[in-house]
Formats: sequence, C-alpha cells, structure tokens
Amino acid sequence: MSGSVLNCGYVPLVDSAPLILAKELGFARDAGIELNLLKQPSWAALRDLMALGHLEVAHMLSPLPLAMTMGWSGAQTNVHAPFVLSVNGTIVGAGRDLVDRMVLAGWQADASSPADTIRAVFAASQRPIRVGVPFPYSMHRLLFEYLVRGTPDLPETPWQIITMPPPLMAQAVAAGEVDVFCVGEPWGSVAVQTAGAELLFPGSAIWAHAPEKVLGVRTSWALEHPDIEAGLLRALYRAAAWLGKAQNIPLAIEILAKSQHLDLSEQLIEPALTGAVVPAIGRAPWDCPDFVKFHQGATTFPWRSLGAWIGTQCAQLRGEEGNSSVNLAGAQCFRPDLYRAHLEESEADLPGASAKIEGVLTNPTAVASKRGELILGPDAFFDGETFDFEL
Amino acid sequence: MIRDLNIVVVEPDTDLAASIVDALRSEGWHQVTVLDSPMGLAGQIEKLQPHLVLIDLENPTRDVLEEISIASSPERRAVAMFVDQSNEEMTLTAMNAGLSAYVVGQPEPERIRSVLKTAIARFQVTSQMRRELELAKQALSDRKTLDRAKGLLMQAKGLSEEEAYGLLRKTAMSQNQKVIDVARALLTASDMLK
Repeated sequence: MSGSVLNCGYVPLVDSAPLILAKELGFARDAGIELNLLKQPSWAALRDLMALGHLEVAHMLSPLPLAMTMGWSGAQTNVHAPFVLSVNGTIVGAGRDLVDRMVLAGWQADASSPADTIRAVFAASQRPIRVGVPFPYSMHRLLFEYLVRGTPDLPETPWQIITMPPPLMAQAVAAGEVDVFCVGEPWGSVAVQTAGAELLFPGSAIWAHAPEKVLGVRTSWALEHPDIEAGLLRALYRAAAWLGKAQNIPLAIEILAKSQHLDLSEQLIEPALTGAVVPAIGRAPWDCPDFVKFHQGATTFPWRSLGAWIGTQCAQLRGEEGNSSVNLAGAQCFRPDLYRAHLEESEADLPGASAKIEGVLTNPTAVASKRGELILGPDAFFDGETFDFEL
Repeated sequence: MIRDLNIVVVEPDTDLAASIVDALRSEGWHQVTVLDSPMGLAGQIEKLQPHLVLIDLENPTRDVLEEISIASSPERRAVAMFVDQSNEEMTLTAMNAGLSAYVVGQPEPERIRSVLKTAIARFQVTSQMRRELELAKQALSDRKTLDRAKGLLMQAKGLSEEEAYGLLRKTAMSQNQKVIDVARALLTASDMLK
C-alpha cells in the first residue's frame, strides 16, 4: 500500500536525522505516509519552496516559522511548529589567530563558562569581530546575541553578524572572513580539522535547552490534512524515541551515512550523535552527552514558552524590543495543542502543562505528565536568568 | 540603447557568468557585475548598491544574500523576488529556470520585469548546460569505477572482461542493486583489505 505523498524539505545536516530515520526505518510508511524528502541547497530555497506551496512540511531553524509567519523572511506564509526535531547542537568557535591572542592574554579553555570566554574574545580582538551564523533567523544567532547582551563588563569591541552557509564556514574562517562562528555539527569539527579553528563552547552552555530545529508545517495545508499531520507526528515521535536510545546510535550513524539523504561520512556524523566533539587538534573530546537531544526530557514537545522566547529575541534583533505582539506571535507558532491532539493515542508521555518558566531547572526534574514518567533535563541560561511568559 | 539598472550576478562558474552577462549586455543592460565567491559577498553588494541581484536557485550562497534582505533602511533592503506574488507566473518560470532574484529598493517594476525576462531565458539555457555537464561528469566517473571494478575481478579471479562484467551484473540483480553500486562496494571493500 502506498500512502499519501508528503513533500518534506530539509537541509542536509546531522539534526535532520529524525526525518531521515522516520523514512528509512519505515515509521512514516506505517503511518500511511510516503515521505518524500527533498534536499535543499539553502534555507532561503527551502523557505521559498514552502511559500510557493511545493513543500508541505520541512526541517526548519526554530525561528523560521515565526519569521515566515511575520513576513520577515521571504513571502509571508503562515507556518507553525507542532514538533521539535532537536534541542541543542550548536557550537561557538573562533579562528586560530584570535584564540592565540586570547591564550596570550591568559584565557584558558573552559567550555562551561561562556561569559568569561566571550569577554576574552572581545578583549583579544584588535578589529571589529565578524560573527558567522548560518542564517539571519537562526537559534545560533539568537543564542550569540543573548550571550553578548547578558555578559557583564564586556569590552566595547564592535561586532557584526555575517551570514555564511555552514559547509563554507571552515573556508571563511581559514580566509579570515569570519572571526567567530556559530554552527551545528559536523561543520564545527570540520573547521577544527581543516582551518585549525578552536571550538570554545557548545550552545547548551548559553541555554541548556535551546530548541534548534523544528518541524515547520504550512498552516493552510495542515488545516485540510490534519490526519496526515498526525501521522507524520506519530512517525517522528517513534524516530525520536528510537534515536533517544544510546544502543541505537551506532546503527543510526550507519543508516545516516549510507542513505542518500546526507552527503556526510560516518566520521563526520559520529561526534554530533555521541557528543564527543574535539574542540581543537590534539585535545581530548568534550564529554557532552546532551550535545544534541532528540528525545529525552520531552525534547520533541513544542512548549509555548520556547516559541515566546524566540519571539522576544527576534523582536530584539529587529529593534522592536518589548513588542509584545511579536512575543505573542512567537508563542502562537509553537503548537503544543496539535502535539497533544495528534499524539494523544500514542506512547508519548504528554506533559501536564503547555508552557513553563524557562531557565529554572539546573538538574533533571520530574514533572506532572499523563503517565507520570516525564523527567525534564536542565534548561538553565548562562546568566541564571529565567524567562516567564504570560499571554 | 544603454539602460541604467545596476545588476549583480552571483555565479562561481566563469563561463556561465559570462554567458549571462553577454545576454544582459546584448539587451542593453551594461552595468553588470559578476561576484564569484561567497567570501565578502554581503560587503561587496553593500558597496555596489545594485538594484537587482541574480543568483542560481541551487547556489548555497543564497543564504548570504538573506543578510542584505534585512538591512535597516528600506532603500537598501533587498527582497527576494518571490515576495512579489502579484506576478506568480513569472516567479514560477524563474524558479523552473533555476533563477532567484533579489530586488533592492523600489526601482520601476517594468524595468525589473524586462531584465528578468532576459535573465530567465538565459538561465533556462545555462541550467540545461549545467545538468548536461553534471550528467557527463557522473557518467565518466561511473565508467572509471566500473572499469576499476572489472579490472579487480579480472585480476583476482582470472576472468575475461566480459565475465567480470557478467559477475557484477549477476550480483547486482540478485541483491536488487545497481551495477555501479556493486562496483563501488567492491572497490571500497578492496581498499579496506589493502
């Protein structure tokens, strides 16, 4: 039996894994969906194809549904996020010249204190700092700007954001086009291996539970096909749960490397999935089990408060600080109501609440849920602040 | 006739870029600059202040252009052509030709349309060329792989070339794979055993 054909765009990054596995392990087929994965050369291309109706759903940077809904990026299109594909997974790194100057000034590598490190970066740079990010509306950029705004006593070195596609980041670092970079794996490791760059800290040191990629769904399509959206969520939930089991990781790496969907070797895929990322040539890998999360701690649940945080940060970078309608729009793009409705009958343990105060948890904590088995991982911000969102 | 729109073409392949520039020039658009590298692209575009930026839809550098699309002042802000949904037909033709375009500021729509028509026609030709080039490259590399795999079997099992190919084909059929995939697997395995 062939199911409904569903056109799904993605950018070939390791964190598109849940979509690839939902197809390759047959979970989508079980849900009556023939998942047509369409590789996209850029986020802009993916966005435009969705706006023009060629894609129904897509792997998206977590701020992209809001940017499209608000008409900030490409043609205005209502897009919502009923499912989080991955949490964490970005890396902040710097070129060799800059790191050498930081070391000369007495800086010591410590992946757990981003404020000290970013202060050292700003103090050591002798020119305006160019910060490479993959896309203007990306969690990478939001995290970096949040860090810069929240670090006390930051030297007043000018800095600017530069957009650079991740596969070109290493080259940009080597060419001195970019001083500091924020990327997902494998492109941080590639910058270490080919451009002598050094990874300073993972994005999770800035925010321990940052939604990185979401499933973006064209809202006009979903209104007419709630059953297909539900089937996709069931398939993705199974894929995420499968990826969440440590014993499946070696097989996952093999499937991802062998499938036609990513052009990445096993060696490039492995660090992201095991968290053993090597920060600089000759150094021991980080021990970072939560480097990227696909399942544990309700990773896939689209808390409204995550969307609201994204709204707040986007308002800030657009110079509309405190614009509550943007915060609200951000919250409304994340759809815990759809997640609940679609996964009600599944094995998913649904949390009791749909929003939470972000930044409160420094340790894994049990919370109220349907089956009472839900433990949320840490979600603290580097500055100890909390984010309380009220509609 | 000399027309006065400032146009930037982002294209790393020199031949393709030249062909696009020629087409635009022959229609009277003379202010055309080619940028071939994503490095420093946003800064260069800022300096050149084009009215129109043309780029291949498949070019990953497109995301770099997104940056100029959020410039602070409306006169400097570039918008992807797709924002203008009033002309859906042209948008679709452009997309099918593999062209994406960014319009900066508010030049007269009529002039933009006229450039785009020329560019679309050219992109239709170049994207065809690109596809053919890629197929040819792929075919060549497949043939090399196949020849090496055959050679390996001929040497290891003392087969003739025909027999070696027959064995590859038989294995492929029994495993429900393509011959080229079996050949690749064989080469990978033999490289590992070296």
